Amino acid sequence: MSTIGPGNRPDVEDIELDGFVRALQQRHGYDFSGYAQASLKRRLQSVVHSGGYQNLSELTGRMLRDDALVPEIVSGLSVPVSDMFRNPSVFAALREEVFPLLASYPRINIWQAGCAHGEEVYSLAILLEEAGLYERSQIYATDFSDAALLRAQEGIFPAKEAHTYSENYLAAGGQRTLADYYHSRYERIKLDERLKRNIHFANHNLAADGVFCEAHLILCRNVLIYFNNVLQNEVLGLFRDSLVRGGFLCLGNRESLDFAPAAKAFTPINAKARVYRLAARA
Amino acid sequence: MTTYRAVVVGCSAGGVHALTTLLAGLAPKLHVPLIVVCHTGSEDVDMLREVLALKSSLPVQEARERHVPQPGTVYLAPAGYHLLVECDGCFALSVDARVCYSRPAIDVLFESAAAHYGAQLIGVVLTGANDDGALGLKAIRDHKGMAIVQLPEDAVASAMPEAALRVAGADHVVVLPDIAPLINHLCMP
Ligand SMILES: C[S@@+](CC[C@H](N)C(=O)[O-])C[C@H]1O[C@@H](n2cnc3c(N)ncnc32)[C@H](O)[C@@H]1O
Repeated sequence: MSTIGPGNRPDVEDIELDGFVRALQQRHGYDFSGYAQASLKRRLQSVVHSGGYQNLSELTGRMLRDDALVPEIVSGLSVPVSDMFRNPSVFAALREEVFPLLASYPRINIWQAGCAHGEEVYSLAILLEEAGLYERSQIYATDFSDAALLRAQEGIFPAKEAHTYSENYLAAGGQRTLADYYHSRYERIKLDERLKRNIHFANHNLAADGVFCEAHLILCRNVLIYFNNVLQNEVLGLFRDSLVRGGFLCLGNRESLDFAPAAKAFTPINAKARVYRLAARA
Repeated sequence: MTTYRAVVVGCSAGGVHALTTLLAGLAPKLHVPLIVVCHTGSEDVDMLREVLALKSSLPVQEARERHVPQPGTVYLAPAGYHLLVECDGCFALSVDARVCYSRPAIDVLFESAAAHYGAQLIGVVLTGANDDGALGLKAIRDHKGMAIVQLPEDAVASAMPEAALRVAGADHVVVLPDIAPLINHLCMP
């Protein structure tokens, strides 16, 4: 047996993190073992802080005995940070390079995984509407945080974001003005209810749940960055199995597929916008 | 003597000029990676990378997630993402909320790097107009790493080095031209 000396003692925080992850998994079924640890640790620190706990061990102990804490913890670990038309050039690429090909399908299924507060899914709905494709589209917007899904369903955003969202919309090639799609009141903007008519919000955990639908386009931006190589690869496999032959996948702007064997199934069609196409199945 | 394995650098207002000076003075055979967060507010760091590469004695790249930082290379945090060092030593990115109004934030890089490299890390805080980096530098010192802060009077914007000194203190408080030689010396094989 190797001895533990002052030089090779594992960090207290790493041991606590291990214990927390195991407790959450065994007791409540949420598996965070495939998450990248450094950012998970940071988010947990802020959950510990805002909950007024002494340290992570105290939170772990409480959580083991109190189911009611779990939704709060999960929503604290989820990162529902997004923007409408975030990285406008990506939406422009979808509109110009992917939509014309989607147009050949009589019915279009789109899966947006990790939908945060809905910023991207409404962006997509608007562009589909303007391309004349929305009537035959169904968009499945999923997330593993119920709190995020509730917010997404409301379609309400702070008015101070409207300026950026409008600029993004125009940069993405929007044909009207974003104001055509929302009403503002009390420092909030509320998106047009009609945009929701073909959007279905649902809870889906990428780390645990299986194929969700048969999709022509999967949009999953800035979610896999939180996963380690193994989980990233598994989820890419899930996307591969969920896409129709020749279907499209769009990832976040800075995601690297260099260590994911499952990425071999995808060919980049616009590398800068991180848009890929599933090669025909063997 | 400690064998250092990485240098992390943070700056904002006035940072481009400061980085240019720093990178020009580094030994071309530096044995460690230099990982940089510079608040720019622009869409990407391509321009910054090109400007810095002109005078730098080391290659300058944007950090890529899941890749291991290589010795003798300068890495810039991509615009709009926090850059972290994972427990396996690879780069990781996040779009978590801004820290000190910033993403990328210096604190996020420094704290994660401190957890990974422990005492074998050098943290450098340069010119800047807010107090990002102060808590990060404190984490580095708590892990027995080395802290270098630009002399506030020498900085274009003194708030950032001042905050770092107030919160974390430093092992060396020096003027900009002395920072590269100091790093070269500390990282000699
Ligand atoms: C940073 S947001 C990305 C939002 C948006 N796609 C974008 O790029 O702007 C990450 C989202 O992924 C969700 N998420 C994290 N882990 C997940 C998992 N295992 N399954 C499903 N959603 C997850 C979080 O709840 C959060 O809403």
